[in-house]
Amino acid sequence: MSNIITVKDMCLWYGDHKALNNVNIDIPEKSITAFIGPSGCGKSTFLKTLNRMNDLIPGVKITGDIRYEAKDIFGRDVDVNNLRKEIGMVFQKPNPFPMSIYDNVAYGPRTHGITNKVQLDEIVEQALRDAAIWDEVKDRLKKNALGMSGGQQQRLCIARALAVQPKILLMDEPTSALDPISTSRIEELVMELKEKYTIVIVTHNMQQAVRVSDYTAFFLLGELVEFGKTDDIFSQPKDKRTEDYITGRFG
Amino acid sequence: MKKQEYHPFEDNAGEFQDKLFETRIEAVNLAYKKAPKSEWAKYAERMIHIIFLLLGLITVGCVLLITVYLVISGIPAIREIGPVDFLFGREWASTAAEPRYGILPFILTSIYGTAGAIVIGVPVGFMTAVYLSKLASPKVKSVMQSAVSLLAGIPSVVYGLVGMLVLVPGIRKVFNVPDGASLLAAIIVLAIMILPSIIKMSVTALDAVPKEYEDASLALGATPIETYFKVSVPAAKSGIAAAVVLGVGRAIGEAMAVMMVAGNVPNMPDSLFQSVRFLTTAVSSEMAYSSGLQQQALFSIALVLFLFIMLINAMLNFFLKQEKE
Repeated sequence: MSNIITVKDMCLWYGDHKALNNVNIDIPEKSITAFIGPSGCGKSTFLKTLNRMNDLIPGVKITGDIRYEAKDIFGRDVDVNNLRKEIGMVFQKPNPFPMSIYDNVAYGPRTHGITNKVQLDEIVEQALRDAAIWDEVKDRLKKNALGMSGGQQQRLCIARALAVQPKILLMDEPTSALDPISTSRIEELVMELKEKYTIVIVTHNMQQAVRVSDYTAFFLLGELVEFGKTDDIFSQPKDKRTEDYITGRFG
Repeated sequence: MKKQEYHPFEDNAGEFQDKLFETRIEAVNLAYKKAPKSEWAKYAERMIHIIFLLLGLITVGCVLLITVYLVISGIPAIREIGPVDFLFGREWASTAAEPRYGILPFILTSIYGTAGAIVIGVPVGFMTAVYLSKLASPKVKSVMQSAVSLLAGIPSVVYGLVGMLVLVPGIRKVFNVPDGASLLAAIIVLAIMILPSIIKMSVTALDAVPKEYEDASLALGATPIETYFKVSVPAAKSGIAAAVVLGVGRAIGEAMAVMMVAGNVPNMPDSLFQSVRFLTTAVSSEMAYSSGLQQQALFSIALVLFLFIMLINAMLNFFLKQEKE
């Protein structure tokens, strides 16, 4: 399996504060990689660097080398909008637009120039099916998305991200605002999605990482402490800090 | 429970304590009963409540008084002239030997003038608001917002004065017309005057759009400009609509500035370069020397203006309510 993202010696500063220190990681294609670690360890920051959402925060400085499909994501010839189209994102809090369910999903494709109604209908249906929410919403596509439950909203956001046909889906604690039933539905969905997409998921919940991920990266104080197969990380961690964290000694 | 701690060797310690406790309670109750302060506090509370209520009622009372007064004093002239002749009469000649009281010229002038101000002022104000809320750096934003606030604070007579001295001669020269005091001059002055309300209210609405919406859009690969116009603006649309209605209200109610630049002649507004008179200025320019039916007709004009404003206010409330939902 090849690596879709490779990161070498990456550091990130918020102003004078160094938030990430020498991160090296290779993320394998069509798999689920989980980022775990205590709050403030830099895992979300690192995730947002991968699709350059950190560019929007004033005072951020990034050094090192990040390659997506062997291309430097900070390269001059890289169109950041195109990069974000290929590397989609699902946020912590479900954030559907205040428009209809259909328009939410069609927003991305429309932005990228698809205006044909038949084509749009197809994309919307496929995205909603992929996000396992089609059956629940097919009769109310014109209804406002804000009327849905939190779990449904989050699956809609996943559908919205899938509609632009990304290769990678970054998920920033996608279930932390949801109830257990919605959470398990999202987890099932994530495991289905890895057939087609590379998924990187930040989670606070170590059981979740064990349940869904193939690879796990443990972050602590801005450093990537350990990265490897999830089974290995949780059964025989190499680093003492990883062991302390997964056994609940801190964090 | 804890009585043993206090009197560990006495069997009746509990009873003793209970009694002591009761006595204390009684004493406290008595103190409260006797205290004149408690009664006084209640009384003061009630008085303050009533005072605040009365102060609040001043506003309501004024609105009611003005409404009743306008209706009572506005109706007779409309009755005498006839509602159709009054509202749709094309000629206003209040001091002629055979006076005519048709206010259609004023109504149309007010509508055209306001519409013109909106056509110019809304795009400028709206774009400014998008720039200030989304694109401008904090420094630029603060400087420009103070400028906008300053613009809002300039008295309308100053707008009129500058319009008279700069705009009116300018229009005369540029368009080569005999008199620059015209509907066009009034539209331009009104457009500038409504800018602050439109900008301020739109900025507030745009600032209130949750950042999560914009992040979601950017993460889908939309550019910032696409994001602002396809996500932020639609999310703020009720607030922006309210801003426009507020602008309409300001424009239609303005008297001083338009009196100074519009020529103040009761013509039908057939062209942009016609000297015209607005509903507001129709009242203010003749009130000083009017009497009899003429004066009553001026009250009727005020009533018509009042109804327009009421309608606009109702619209404003509607949009603001939508915004809240």
